[in-house]
Parts: sequence; C-alpha cells; structure tokens
Amino acid sequence: MAASNRLKNQHLLWRAGFGPMAENAADLDKLSSKDLWGLLLKTSAKKPEKIEVAQNLIDGLYKGVQDVAQMQQNGLSNDQKKQIREQSRDDLKNLNIRWLEEMINSEAQLREKMSLFWHGHFATRVINSYFQQELLQTIRENALGNFKDLLREVSKSPSMLSFLNNQQNRKKKPNENFAREVMELFTMGRGNYTENDVKEAARAFTGWGFNLKGEFEFRKMQHDDDSKTVLGKTGNFTGDDVLDILLEQKQTAKFITKKIYRYFVNDKADDAKVEWLSNRFYQNGYDIKKLMEDIFTSDWFYEEKNIGTKIKSPIELIAGIRRLLPMEMENDQAQLLFQKTLGQILFYPPNVAGWPGGKNWIDSSSLMLRLRIPQILSANDIMDIMPKVDDDVQGGMMEMAAKKIKEVTRGGTAKIDWVLAAKIFEATSREKLLQKIADTVLQTKGHVPDTLLEKYLNNASRENFIKSAIINLMSTPEYQLC
Amino acid sequence: MLIKRKEFLQVGSLATASFMLPQFLKAFEKPMMVPPGNKVVVVIQFSGGNDGLNTVIPVRNDIYYKGRPGLGIAKDKAVNITDEVGLNPALEAFKGLYDDGSLGILNNVGYPNPDRSHFRSMDIWHSASASNEYVNTGWIGRYLDAQCKGCDKPTQAMELDDVLSLALKGDESKGLAFKDPQKLFNTSNGKYFKDLNANHQSGEETVDYLYKTMSETISSADYIYQQSKTHPTNEAYPNSDLGKDLKTIASLILSDINTKVYYVSLGSFDTHVNQENQQKRLFTELNDAVKAFTSDLKKNNRFNDVLMMTFSEFGRRVAQNASGGTDHGTANNMFFISGGLKEKGVLNAMPDLADLNEGDLKHKIDFKDVYATVLNKWLGADDKMILGKKFQYLDFI
Repeated sequence: MAASNRLKNQHLLWRAGFGPMAENAADLDKLSSKDLWGLLLKTSAKKPEKIEVAQNLIDGLYKGVQDVAQMQQNGLSNDQKKQIREQSRDDLKNLNIRWLEEMINSEAQLREKMSLFWHGHFATRVINSYFQQELLQTIRENALGNFKDLLREVSKSPSMLSFLNNQQNRKKKPNENFAREVMELFTMGRGNYTENDVKEAARAFTGWGFNLKGEFEFRKMQHDDDSKTVLGKTGNFTGDDVLDILLEQKQTAKFITKKIYRYFVNDKADDAKVEWLSNRFYQNGYDIKKLMEDIFTSDWFYEEKNIGTKIKSPIELIAGIRRLLPMEMENDQAQLLFQKTLGQILFYPPNVAGWPGGKNWIDSSSLMLRLRIPQILSANDIMDIMPKVDDDVQGGMMEMAAKKIKEVTRGGTAKIDWVLAAKIFEATSREKLLQKIADTVLQTKGHVPDTLLEKYLNNASRENFIKSAIINLMSTPEYQLC
Repeated sequence: MLIKRKEFLQVGSLATASFMLPQFLKAFEKPMMVPPGNKVVVVIQFSGGNDGLNTVIPVRNDIYYKGRPGLGIAKDKAVNITDEVGLNPALEAFKGLYDDGSLGILNNVGYPNPDRSHFRSMDIWHSASASNEYVNTGWIGRYLDAQCKGCDKPTQAMELDDVLSLALKGDESKGLAFKDPQKLFNTSNGKYFKDLNANHQSGEETVDYLYKTMSETISSADYIYQQSKTHPTNEAYPNSDLGKDLKTIASLILSDINTKVYYVSLGSFDTHVNQENQQKRLFTELNDAVKAFTSDLKKNNRFNDVLMMTFSEFGRRVAQNASGGTDHGTANNMFFISGGLKEKGVLNAMPDLADLNEGDLKHKIDFKDVYATVLNKWLGADDKMILGKKFQYLDFI
C-alpha cells in the first residue's frame, strides 16, 4: 500500500524538521509533499535572528580568558575565574534552552534541523558561552547555504580553534589536532589521506588563531610559509589553500553527502543514491539547499523502508513531543535533565566526532526513561533519575549540583494545552478517533493493537480520551522512531 | 538455550550461538546456577580525577613534600604500609587488606598524549582508545559483544547508576544500569509496558531492536529483583551511597545471578580547592564500604572469586595550587582488591618525581595492559579482539 499523504507529509516534517505541530497537524491530509517542501524552504529563507546569551564575557575575553574551562595563568583572581566560569555555564544553559525553543516554535524548521545536523558535525565542547553563541550563529546562517563557506567560517571560529588547540599550532612546533580533524571528520573521512598529509596540512594552519575580542586572527609570525605537499599538491600553502584542496576532492562531497543521507534518510546508506547525490552536490558547488531538495523531493525518500525506521535523537524526541503538545515547562532545569539523562546535551557533544546516533541512543535505562517521559510531562509519573557528574561542567561541585537536581525532580511536569491538542481531531468522528490519533502520533508501519490500547484509555470525555490516547501512544517503542 | 547458558558460564564463550529472533521475546525462564569459581569484577570509578599522590603517598620523597608544603601528608599521619609508602589516612581498612595479601597497588598507569579534560579522558578510559581516536563503544560493552552474542539478557554487566556509562556499551550488547533493584523493578514493571511487550509482533528491524531492549529490561528487572532478595546479606554496611551499592552488589554476587562485571562510581574527586577535606570524606566512604564488602565476601567464601579494581580518568599535578588543591594531571595509581591475587602489595616502582613532564607524572603502564590482563586472565575473554590489539599482560592475577 502506498503511503498516505498524511504519512508522507509527517515523514517530511519529522526529517526536515521536528515533526508536525498541533496548530497545523489537521491540514496534513490535503497538502501535497511538494507544496509542503516549498513551504519549508520559504519559511527557512530568512536570516536567523541571533540568540544572544553571553553576558559580561567580553570582559573575560579582554582579560585573556580563552577557554574558561582551562584558565590557568592570567591576571584574574580565583574568585573572578570561578565567577566567569559559572556565568559562562549559566549562559550556555540559556543558549541551550533558547535554541531548543527555536527548534520547537520557529517556522524555520528546515533551517533549525539542518543546524542541529551541523552542530553535531562541527562539534565543539568549550565552556565559553560567547564562542559557542557565535559558532551557533555561523552555523544557523549557513546551514542551508554553501558548505564551502560554512567549512571556512567554522574553521576560523574561536570555538573550533580553541577546542582543537590551533592556538598552539606554531611554525616549527605544530599541533596537528585541528588539521587532523578537518580531514578526518569535517571533509574527507578516514582512509582518504595519509599521516603525512595531516602533518603537512598542520603546517599550513600554523598561525591561525583568534584575538581577545574573539575574532579570527592570522599570526604571520607564527605561520610556516615554506613549501608543503598536501594530497599530491605542492606549494607555499596557507590554511585557506588547504581548505580549497580539500573541497576540490570529490571524496569531500561524498563524505558529507553520505553523512547527510544517513542522518536525514536512513541509517543504512544506499551507495548508488549517495553517489548520485554527491555528484550533484559537487557539481552544484556544495550548495546545501540543492542537495536537500534533491533528497526531499525524490520519490525514494518516501519509500516504506525510509519511513518510521529511524531512532529519534533525544532532542528530536523532546522537540517532537512539544510540537504536537504545546506546553509550558514548569522549569528549565528539567529540560536539561532530560537531555542529560537521555545522552544528548546541546553544546556538550561527547567529543569532536559529535553524537554517534542510531542504536547508540538506546540502552535499557535510556529506553525506559524515553517511554516514561510523556507520563512525566503529563504528571502521571515523576522524574527520579539522577544524571552523571560532569566535572568539566560542575567543577567538583557535585553535592551542590545534586541538591539542585533534587529540587527539580518533582518539576519534570508541564502545563499541556490539551484544548489546542484536541483541536487537531475536531473533525474526526468518534469511531475513527483512535485510528486518526495513532496516524498522527506514530510513523511506524505497524503499532500497538487497538484492543490493547483501549484498556488504557480514559473514556470519561472526548478530551480525556484524546489525552490518554496521545500519552499512551507516545509511551511506546514505536514512538521512538520517525 | 538453557544448556548454552550454562556453557557460557563454565566455558566462558557463547560467541558461536546464533541470534535467534523469536528467542528474545521470552527472555529467561529460569535462573541459572552459578558454579563456584565464577569470577567477578567490580570496577570502582573515582570520578573527577583522584589525586593519586595523596592516595598512595611517597612518604620519604622530598620532592613530594616540597611541591606540597600545605597539602603533603606527613609520614606520621599516613597509614604506612612499607618504609617508603603510606596510604591516605582515611584508608585504614586498606592496611588490613595489604597485610592480608589481598591488596595490589599499581603505580604510574596512564596513556600516551594524556588529555586533561575530564570528559574526554574518561571517554578514553571507557572506550580503551588512543587519545586521538573516537570510539563509541566501551571495553566492557565489547566484552559483552564478544561473550554474549545472542544472549537474551544484559545482566552479564551491570552498573549501579541511573544512567549507563560508555564503558558498558557495546555494538550489539549493552550493560544494564539501575540504582537499586526495587526501583528498577518498579519502573520497568508497569503493566502497560508488559502488555506492549507481550503483544509485539516482530516486523521492521529497528522496532524489533527497541522491543528486544524493552523485553530484556523487563525480564532482567524481574530477575535482578528476585535474585537480590534470595541472599540478603547480614553484614552491616555503612549507610552511604557506595555502601548501599556494594551491599546490592554483594547480595547479587552471593545469589545465582550470571553477572560478571559490576560497575560503580564515587566522586567527585575534582579537588581544585580545599582538597584535604573532600578527599578525606570520599575515602572514608570508600574505606568503610570496602571494609564491609570484603568482610562479607570472605565470610561467604567468595573473596577469591571477586576482583575489585579502582581507576580515575587522570591523576593530579605534583605541585599543589594556591587554593589548597591540585589541578588536572596525568598518570595515576590503581588498587586491586581480591582474595585471589597472585602478586600483592606495591606492584611496581613509585612515581619518579625527579623525572616529570612539565610538572606531571610520566606513565609507565598503559591502562589497556590492565584491561587486557583482567579480560584474559580473570574473565577468560579474548582481550585482543575486545581491545583491537595485543597488550602486555601483567602478573598480579
């Protein structure tokens, strides 16, 4: 059986965004997927408004605080350092919450989803809210633009340069970290260059750093301007030259396309399709929007094997629930707690390789928590999970953090706007109601039998019925997929 | 399947058993007997970077006292085990273990190009990778993958925590995390989840994977809860978190459960400020819990089968800082506690404080040597496959 219009549209919304929202979920039967794609493009065309959270950090930057997590020597007293670190961590929490709000509420769904992809691709973990805020803006502005620009701007961002130690990459004392990751993770992928290419490229990136205002700076004195040989080309290359050489490689287009395919279409890459897409991506000069259009307007994107078979990331899960069920969270801490315990905290990727995704999201405790989250949000259950300590974030202050968390454990609940959620099903008759709710909530081919579900539904009123059906359907393994 | 499970426990390999899809839906029907001699590992992670030099103290080393005018622990305050070596004053019970021949101390354990970020260095220890490699599975998880292909239960490795650590995540198999058996039982035994599980028809691969995980969790929760009640221990454990965790672990070790690895964390040892009190408090918790645990195992004749090992993501710098604390360092020591040690006491030379790398200890032993030793000699596993290459075996077990 061919996929229904609704299923296809929801598929597009889940993959190119964060799922259907209460306000327009009812309209998804009529619209064609091509028109919906057009809408997604249009709503993401504007330049994003910057999310600004960093407070008083410029002051810290002037004082030479390059990475506030590892401030060692400078003119600051211990108290001042501590204060800056704490301020920065608080700012990062705000950045996290506000970006998550964008993912949930912004009409620029495609841009924010694409940005989340790049956030994991260009993963940095620095406790400097100003750097992170700037990098996020770079990513959001270029998310659907040109990969060449994105790569270049990210490579020159203080966030990336400090995370990968390029400040320490100097003539005759090279630090290869940045050069290695640019090749291994950002462009070509492992196995497509030699150790010597990394060494030579590192020499080209010598002198790339940033100043105390958090701006990129090329330090000529530290730059090695002798001849280098990278991927068979020889010259007195600068860092920009090396990025050009990497972008000339078809392998770069292929590596990025494959990663995008696996993220947006299916964990199992289809080699022929990746080849076709990546050739076009290369010919189009790395135009990201065109690549995404190739994917989302293809027939194969809507094939059965690609629908409802991808495990949602924790961010997709949370954002998806909150898009279908408009809600006011009781407090922000609980949102961070969900991210922590489910294994994906924005701005804290596990390492420069980003979140591995797929089955990696799932273990027995994370799955059981995922199944309970709808219950927790609707106050049928309590959040009683403690996240692990992260001393890079908490700096040994575990007891304080634990106390804070205890205070919010009862605060996992939210005020859900059930009236608005129920409106989706306004025009649906009582007999068709359960089917319609299941079709709206779930993307999988098969799901929980109605007879089982009915045992758990509240028949006291139409609204209660809808409420209990949605919550129960969201508390299933099937709901973990999109 | 039941026969094969027994084989796993005795021979230590189920790698050949094929993965049968319908099998996972019913999980274990009967608990299986654990033969005496079933070797168990208990890993205690010191989170935050424990200061090794104030744990195992070079009590006759001037460089140590010079670098730590306020923080150095004087010889007469330390719990001295040899003329050269003292333990942190809070680790009084470790002296008893030392005298018993059931304590091993391995110095200078680390890895090349050490990373000073907590998270990254912990990642390196958990995944057993090189410091420029990113691996998404942990050493115990890969042990599960190797031992347990097609096993219908993740109870071979368990972590006493709400969230599962990378160390216990394999490609196919993953350990199970829970804080206490009762809570695990309560949260995974909702009627709705059981109903969902019972009614699932296998279909698409990813959905099946999720149902398999849920099914395993539900049946394991039940199994662990039942097992934890079969041998309630009489030993008096301290009422600390670690005390409770080790009590749970002891009651499971004494039951018939098939668990080979237990994992528990203590922290935070990130003592940049006011180190003395913080380390003392944590070590008191460790000392009292380990004391009860070892006594419990001895009374029940299981101490020879259990190997307890401690580690931290890094040690700390040799010199103290200006805030009565120490900053992130590199190589560190590990404790091994068991009735079955082949080599005991201080297993190698104390750190050479005259030969430092910019104020930090140089590692002499790669921590992956320790993993290889434990995997091969204690768990009878294929360490080369699990760690990706051959590491040097040590002789303490």
